[in-house]
Amino acid sequence: MIELNNMTKRYPVHGGERTILDRINLKIQRGQKIGILGRNGAGKSTLVRLISGADRLFSGSIHRGMSVSWPLAFAGSFQGSLTGLDNLRFICRIYNTSFDDKVDFVKDFSELGRYLHEPVKTYSSGMCARLAFALSMVIEFDCYLMDEVIAVGDDRFRQRCQVELFEKRRDRAMIMVSHDPGFIKAHCDSAVVLLRGRLHPFDTIEEGFQFYQAHSSEQ
Amino acid sequence: MFHVHHALFSSLETRTLNPPSNSRCSFWESLMIQKRVVSALLMREILTRYGRHNIGFLWLFAEPMMFTLGVTILWNLMKHHSPDNISVTAFVLTGYSTVLLWRNMPARCVGAMQPNFSLLYHRQVIPFDVFVSRIVLEGAGATISLVILSIGFCGFGLVDPPEDYLKVIAGWLLLAWFAASLSFFIGAFSERSELIDKFWHPITYLILPLSGSMFMVDPLPPAAQEMALLMPTVSCIELFREGYLGMGHRWHYDIPYVVVFNLVLMFFGLAEVRNMSRNLSLD
Repeated sequence: MIELNNMTKRYPVHGGERTILDRINLKIQRGQKIGILGRNGAGKSTLVRLISGADRLFSGSIHRGMSVSWPLAFAGSFQGSLTGLDNLRFICRIYNTSFDDKVDFVKDFSELGRYLHEPVKTYSSGMCARLAFALSMVIEFDCYLMDEVIAVGDDRFRQRCQVELFEKRRDRAMIMVSHDPGFIKAHCDSAVVLLRGRLHPFDTIEEGFQFYQAHSSEQ
Repeated sequence: MFHVHHALFSSLETRTLNPPSNSRCSFWESLMIQKRVVSALLMREILTRYGRHNIGFLWLFAEPMMFTLGVTILWNLMKHHSPDNISVTAFVLTGYSTVLLWRNMPARCVGAMQPNFSLLYHRQVIPFDVFVSRIVLEGAGATISLVILSIGFCGFGLVDPPEDYLKVIAGWLLLAWFAASLSFFIGAFSERSELIDKFWHPITYLILPLSGSMFMVDPLPPAAQEMALLMPTVSCIELFREGYLGMGHRWHYDIPYVVVFNLVLMFFGLAEVRNMSRNLSLD
């Protein structure tokens, strides 16, 4: 279980501080799939970052009783001058897992072929996204974080991502942010809405969406 | 040092890794994670900086070697005088090698976090590790360069082998400790103020003549000697040179002062790293 207790996040802004998340409480059980709804700037990505551990809390605490992924298919930590395989090697090293047996999977899944031996900076954005998704599938986690990522690659690739994630890993917990209501409805079993820094939990997606739409005109 | 780090950085959140643990990491587990992450960062840094072209990672020490070698040749051609009848080659070798050690570590740590922010999405990577990997890399480069040049110069009979290896190593390590502490501080502080990036290079040039790399304390008037020893690098370098160049000269150093200075500097350095880690905000 992951437990957020009175979690508050403030960012310094011009002439003071702005509270993005205000005393948030949330429990995420094993296998639970939660969609985060909220307008632009409501703090959805901040929440994902805090759960991932990349960002620090202002106050409150997070207890991670299961392993939590980095935001899925996140390509930001690629080093452009390194090859795709170098980046895979780096991930394997820091997550303490073997490298050799992962190469075939990444080669297969990303469909990058000989490009895996080329520097990542020579990749197109689609190729980058395919590599990033493949690397995310190399390390197994109990809980996967997703911040607007599934819309990468062509239909066939998206289909394979769906299989890897929602079929093969259907027993895992997932926390996802998406602007696509259809996506949230298809994959989540509960929803939370971020509104003015507070978090409103709902047991069903429908209730969540109703609340979100009712308040979506509010700032 | 690691214990300090453990206590410093694990206070708010548990630094766990796949698979999860409900309890906090033990000190030993933390240390193992640390070791793994730093070595992964090292490999990444080496590949990024030197690539696989031409001599690849050999540039790590070829670069500082070229520097020391160039200055040695230049000083010899210009018939520079080194103090106390020490051979120019020996004086420059023991001088510029130390410059590379104390100057390059902090220089590589200025702005070190910027290109590595996104690595923090991997929870086991912390800013401390990024600095450590760069410090280790620079330290290794300067050390290997010194060793190879020493072997070369001694082999050709240009320089006598060090007289007291223990003092050489002690002086070198004290200087490395100073440089590493300074690197933590400067590196972390540079995230707070961009001015560090602008001023650090000029500052090192201004410190260079005072560092003890280019002069000896003994020929100075007594008042100046005391002033000189306020600079911690001077004691380190004098000790290092005593070991290298020997007993035929008089050397001046104050080791307890350097140790206290380093401890204080390291404390502030680590505190600043911790402070920076807390105030990080990713885009």
